[in-house]
Amino acid sequence: MSEVSMVVNGREVSGTVEDRTLLVHFLRENLGLTGTHVGCDTSQCGACVVHMDGKAVKSCSMLAAQAAGSEVVTIEGLAPGADLHPVQAAFKEHHGLQCGFCTPGMIMAAVDMIDRHPGGLDEKTVRAELEGNICRCTGYHNIVKAILAASEAMAKGKKAA
Amino acid sequence: MGMEGIGARVARKEDRRFVTGAGRYVDDMVVPGMKHAAFVRSPHAHAEIKGIDVSAAQKKPGVIAVLTGKELKTDGIGNLICGWMIHSKDGSPMNMGAWSPLAVDKVRYVGDAVAIVVADTKAQARDAAEAVEVSYDEKDAVTDAAAALKKGAPQLHPEAANNLIYDWEIGDSAAADKAIASAAHVTTMHIVNNRLVPNAMEPRAALGHYDKAEDHYTCWTTSQNPHVARLVMSAFYNVAPENKLRVIAPDVGGGFGSKIYIYPEEIVCLWASKKSGVPVKWVADRTESFLTDAHGRDHVSEVKLALDKDNKITALKVDTIANFGAYMSLFSSAVPTYLYATLLSGQYVIPAIHCNVRAVYTNTAPVDAYRGAGRPEATYLLERTIETAAREVGLSPAEFRSKNFIREFPYQTPVIMNYDAGDYETSLKAAMKAADYDGFAARRDAAKKKGKLRGIGMSCYIEACGIAPSAAVGSLGAGVGLWESAEVRVNGVGTIEVLTGSHSHGQGHETTFAQLVSDRFGVPLDSVSIVHGDTDKVQMGMGTYGSRSGAVGMSAIAKALDKVEAKAKKIAAHLLEADEGDIVIENGELKVAGTDKTVPWFQMALAAYTAHNLPEGMEPGLKEGAFYDPSNFTFPAGCYVCEVEVDPDTGDTEIVQFVAADDFGNIINPMIVEGQVHGGIAQGVGQALLEGCQYDAGSGQLVTASYMDYTMPRADDLPSFKVSTSNTPCPSNPLGIKGCGEAGAIGSPPAVINAITDAIGNNDLTMPATPQKVWAALNAN
Repeated sequence: MSEVSMVVNGREVSGTVEDRTLLVHFLRENLGLTGTHVGCDTSQCGACVVHMDGKAVKSCSMLAAQAAGSEVVTIEGLAPGADLHPVQAAFKEHHGLQCGFCTPGMIMAAVDMIDRHPGGLDEKTVRAELEGNICRCTGYHNIVKAILAASEAMAKGKKAA
Repeated sequence: MGMEGIGARVARKEDRRFVTGAGRYVDDMVVPGMKHAAFVRSPHAHAEIKGIDVSAAQKKPGVIAVLTGKELKTDGIGNLICGWMIHSKDGSPMNMGAWSPLAVDKVRYVGDAVAIVVADTKAQARDAAEAVEVSYDEKDAVTDAAAALKKGAPQLHPEAANNLIYDWEIGDSAAADKAIASAAHVTTMHIVNNRLVPNAMEPRAALGHYDKAEDHYTCWTTSQNPHVARLVMSAFYNVAPENKLRVIAPDVGGGFGSKIYIYPEEIVCLWASKKSGVPVKWVADRTESFLTDAHGRDHVSEVKLALDKDNKITALKVDTIANFGAYMSLFSSAVPTYLYATLLSGQYVIPAIHCNVRAVYTNTAPVDAYRGAGRPEATYLLERTIETAAREVGLSPAEFRSKNFIREFPYQTPVIMNYDAGDYETSLKAAMKAADYDGFAARRDAAKKKGKLRGIGMSCYIEACGIAPSAAVGSLGAGVGLWESAEVRVNGVGTIEVLTGSHSHGQGHETTFAQLVSDRFGVPLDSVSIVHGDTDKVQMGMGTYGSRSGAVGMSAIAKALDKVEAKAKKIAAHLLEADEGDIVIENGELKVAGTDKTVPWFQMALAAYTAHNLPEGMEPGLKEGAFYDPSNFTFPAGCYVCEVEVDPDTGDTEIVQFVAADDFGNIINPMIVEGQVHGGIAQGVGQALLEGCQYDAGSGQLVTASYMDYTMPRADDLPSFKVSTSNTPCPSNPLGIKGCGEAGAIGSPPAVINAITDAIGNNDLTMPATPQKVWAALNAN
């Protein structure tokens, strides 16, 4: 057993876990943050994407112990209170989700993607960058549309600021 | 239509919880005292169980119970069944083998459940499952359906000699033979419809909770039809009587058919909860899903299409072998019969049709309905054959189709279906225009200059949805009626709850169903809540599959709304001292037509509950229910055009454009309908280019049992789609809706393969058209 401590969604948390406990299970089972999902066993589907120290990671592919001391943001912590992050709002606006199961991972991957492309995104780049996230419902059409729209909205927001 | 009514592109009400991670799926559920389960599964495709030693597993840390099939049988839990009786052409009933939720004497596919382990944690349950010692006597396995029919093949079930479940036919064989014999041209095809794994992103899960104090069971399960699950678990599996069993399907992460069926795991978790005294949760990992979710398709067919000298179709003759896997899943028998062969007329006048279907047991996962269910198989077979025939006789695929289109409705096909409405030429023209079909030759030449082979392919599909008229399906062998129920509860403050037997697992019912109510009464969308997925809240329902939620589920709501409207008008007329025939409902008010006398909706509702001033003899309250049983299937149809570029050096195919022109009848929310089409096309393109479920023929091992091995369509495999709709309203239901959930998956595979075979000039190509296969076909001569 190991004692792990980290900051999750701005709050200091700790817990005693089996050494083999994955980060995703620590988030879901110890912290009750069930917005992060498990869709496969092979780090292919991306339903488990969270941010660790500002970067998108697959929380099913690392141990909770590896995240000790780091700052983790999950879908629940992406926007304060009742607000929606611009990417969350864009997924809703453009019907970028159906069953919702892949959605948290998609949104966390998209936020990271937009952050890494401050010069803006085009469709080809978005599609290539979504390689690590599988959706079975939408055919990606509206996910791509939502990410492009969010990227543009966020760029405008930055300019205005 | 209002801003939020029928036809409005309203953003979904349910999205806030999903985009914030607040959705509640079965794996998110926690019950006090809950423990975790792992199943011991057969590593062999075919073996006799000689013994099971659980002693080592029982001593493992955290283990609460290790239970086997013998104990399950002792407790009287029943076998799983197929709920649709098919008779062979000799009149004999289908040969259904026994399927115990936990195998007792024999295992018949890799993944067959043998025992359940319940432990404090999931990891401990898995560790202990590995310590269960099962002695197997391995036998030869067969995974291919045609091979399973051959003499000397391994035999799966004593009930099914030669592994044959049924040998069924439809249509007039002699008439088809006669037309083929005298045809000016006959197109002959060998059609393989590849086996697919549905792969909803949420793996299947079940949480069984036996409450000793109340002698009552609750099952949270990833189901598309919780009421059917309760009915079947009560009536056939002896889990508990219906009044002692509550089934809840909360947020469900996609289904595509695979979550219609009642699987061994939910039965065993409920039973194990009583047995072990703790709530038991099981969640499949992805490989378990690949191994044990019901697979789709897996047909092999021989086809003959006869034409006269004017290139009019005179006959179609089909011989199909359908692989059913190791056991008959809940609706498996209906898929290659009444959901398949009855659609073989497509959009065409075909005077004589005959189809023979042999259903076969093999040592593979059970096969059942997957998005489209039989209709994609019929469409792929017909549209590949039609395109090939057009090429053979030298007509353009569009002209050949148009020449043979059904143009007068209603149209009675020779294979049961009576098409009620449609306009196939309009869809064809819309698709060709959107695709700039006429400009294709120039694009092909341009592609050639950069070393690419460009091809264009078409598919004109029809499907039967709105499943289904209960008496009609009953006469064809269905064990259930396929109506839908609804209850509309107007509260005292005028807000409205709609209880529906339909189940949303991505379709957006909380929005579209509320739009229907908002449209009727002019009340805000936010004042309408949709309640579904819980047998304690909604009395009964048949669930969501076969694109039925709109045509059947919403029709039931419309019927209940009629009753609410009638009573509301009576109350308003009484309050306004007017004739009820003069009352109209507009913008949330009940008015006397042509006057300024009004009563707001909420005030009428309050009056219904205060009951101080109601018409003489009227019961207080405002709550009405309805059951809607459709009078016919609905017939969505459309035309899809796919354009591809093939790299001749690698065989890699890129879809450069994909056009869908659909006729879904009336549409409630175009945004949601388009989303359904996008998703369907992606699954169809997946089948055509990427997805192929592979068993190793010798060992019966599933080779493609993870996302590392089974190619799921990803964002960079697909283009953006050009979709549009036309509308011939469905005459058989009150809303004129046909349904849109499966069309994309039905119409797209033949369009893709027709495009690739056009590009490479070789028609001999099977799905999935991987680069290796395309390259080989290109270089075959």
